[in-house]
Amino acid sequence: MATPKVCGIETEYGVISRGFESSPIVASSVLVNAYAGAFKQNIQWDFEDETPDRDARGFCLEDAFPPEVETHMANSVLTNGARYYVDHAHPEVSTPECRTATEVVLYDRAGEEIIRESMQRANALLPDHHEIITYKNNSDGKGNSYGCHENYLVARELPFGQLSTYITTHFVTRQIFCGSGKVGSEFFTEKSDAVPYQISQRADFFEEEIGLETTIRRPIVNTRDEPHCDPDKYRRLHVIVGDANMSEYATYLKVGTTSIVLAMIEDGAFPTQLIIDDPVNTIRIVSRDTRLKNPIRLADGSLKTSLEIQFLILEAAETYASAHGLSCVSSDEFPREGANILQLWRETLANLSNGGQGSFDTIDWLAKMSLITAYQERNDLPPNDPKLKALDLQYHDMRQGKNLSSRMNLRKLISQSDAELARTEPPDSTRAFFRGMCLHRWSEFVVSANWDCIIFDVGDGPLRRIPMMEPLKGTRMLTENLFRSCHTPMDLILALGLEDSELTTYKISDVF
Amino acid sequence: MTEKIRKSVSTPAESPVENIEDLAVAKNAHAENIKADLDHLLDEIDSILETNAEDFVNSYVQKGGE
Repeated sequence: MATPKVCGIETEYGVISRGFESSPIVASSVLVNAYAGAFKQNIQWDFEDETPDRDARGFCLEDAFPPEVETHMANSVLTNGARYYVDHAHPEVSTPECRTATEVVLYDRAGEEIIRESMQRANALLPDHHEIITYKNNSDGKGNSYGCHENYLVARELPFGQLSTYITTHFVTRQIFCGSGKVGSEFFTEKSDAVPYQISQRADFFEEEIGLETTIRRPIVNTRDEPHCDPDKYRRLHVIVGDANMSEYATYLKVGTTSIVLAMIEDGAFPTQLIIDDPVNTIRIVSRDTRLKNPIRLADGSLKTSLEIQFLILEAAETYASAHGLSCVSSDEFPREGANILQLWRETLANLSNGGQGSFDTIDWLAKMSLITAYQERNDLPPNDPKLKALDLQYHDMRQGKNLSSRMNLRKLISQSDAELARTEPPDSTRAFFRGMCLHRWSEFVVSANWDCIIFDVGDGPLRRIPMMEPLKGTRMLTENLFRSCHTPMDLILALGLEDSELTTYKISDVF
Repeated sequence: MTEKIRKSVSTPAESPVENIEDLAVAKNAHAENIKADLDHLLDEIDSILETNAEDFVNSYVQKGGE
């Protein structure tokens, strides 16, 4: 039985300053501080347990460059259970842990609202004609990329080699519905008119099949082994291959289909013949194949298009759903989530085999391509005209009046009011609820927090640490009464039996 | 939180369509709307686009991600 798919997204936003000279690090810090200051959410992140250089394959490469963890940058834990911080030279929002794809979309949308609010607050503080602007994309078109990473909970007992072989097939081909589209390529050797437009923002940046790095020699499967939870029981698959999406339905499909495929791999239900022969070259070939007609070579020597491979994965997923059910990607709150993902997946692939008709309002690369093609035709522009690249960038512009994706009638999954509410309220379905409630109730006592613990200074005696090693616990259902019965953080610590006391009413293992 | 939003989230399978012909008609109508909206956007897009596209594209440089 597959592990319930706790999942989340980390989005790094492109950032520029206009009207003044500023390093992107400073501009990003101004954004995070403007938001954190405004909402008094400047709780520090606790880096004690971060080990980004641990490799899932059980060894450490000597010439590998593990990602650096920057501890001195602006860092905030939010009352919705999310993390908002400066990662290298970008503002980054990590959603709280979620139980369903719908919740991930909700908190990704909340992240966009957080970024917008930050820009408004920061720009209100800056002199006239000085402005900080952000973009939800992944490339500057000059060989520099920044990520939109996904995370999924998987069973530790699943051999990593098996996981990486099969998930690679999905990663190479899923871009046909979750690519965000890009004008041009990242390779200076490629003539500008050879690749007028491609499906993915990120495909050009992948040079290895598997590895630890995220900034150089990027691998399709990232081996960072940093579970942020019980390492004997779980792994966190850290996915770096995806594009940031403007379309809510694209994010929904990206997270939903990947969750189902991971569950199939855990339960031995992935079609074992679907192994890509040369994933690194193929991911670029698929990205350049906007007609979805190019054959891909599989390890058994057969040839199939990206669309044919996706149909085969979908059919296996439908068979898997009939045999096992899809409770691992659904929840009490969203009981039909698995079935809904399968239905949208099938509709989308059917539309793609019919020229995309019916999916121009859900697939980013199609929506952006229709805009760019129409503009180019109307103004009779050559494919390398900078205005087309400007359109591409502005599809992802986070300023309300300048964003072009919002003008493309993309279908909505989340209402504006829900996205705004999710800026401050945590999901019910994971330990993010516990983190969010602690920050709502007692932020002045919280010294630091991270994914798997929270540390209180109650003013008396040592700092008190509450471990949160089980991402599926700490939910509203398990902790609502606990929070109701506690008036101070010390009440919480005593109730949880973290110190000898007759006030203990719960065992920590009941809650985490 | 999600308790509150559950009712307002419209999931893809829950938009009922009577039969397949209705679906085709709805899709065509929707496609027509998308085209009309795109034409309208193109009419005013030059006022939304950055004034000097070439400078804007050249100066958009992002180093140090992930």
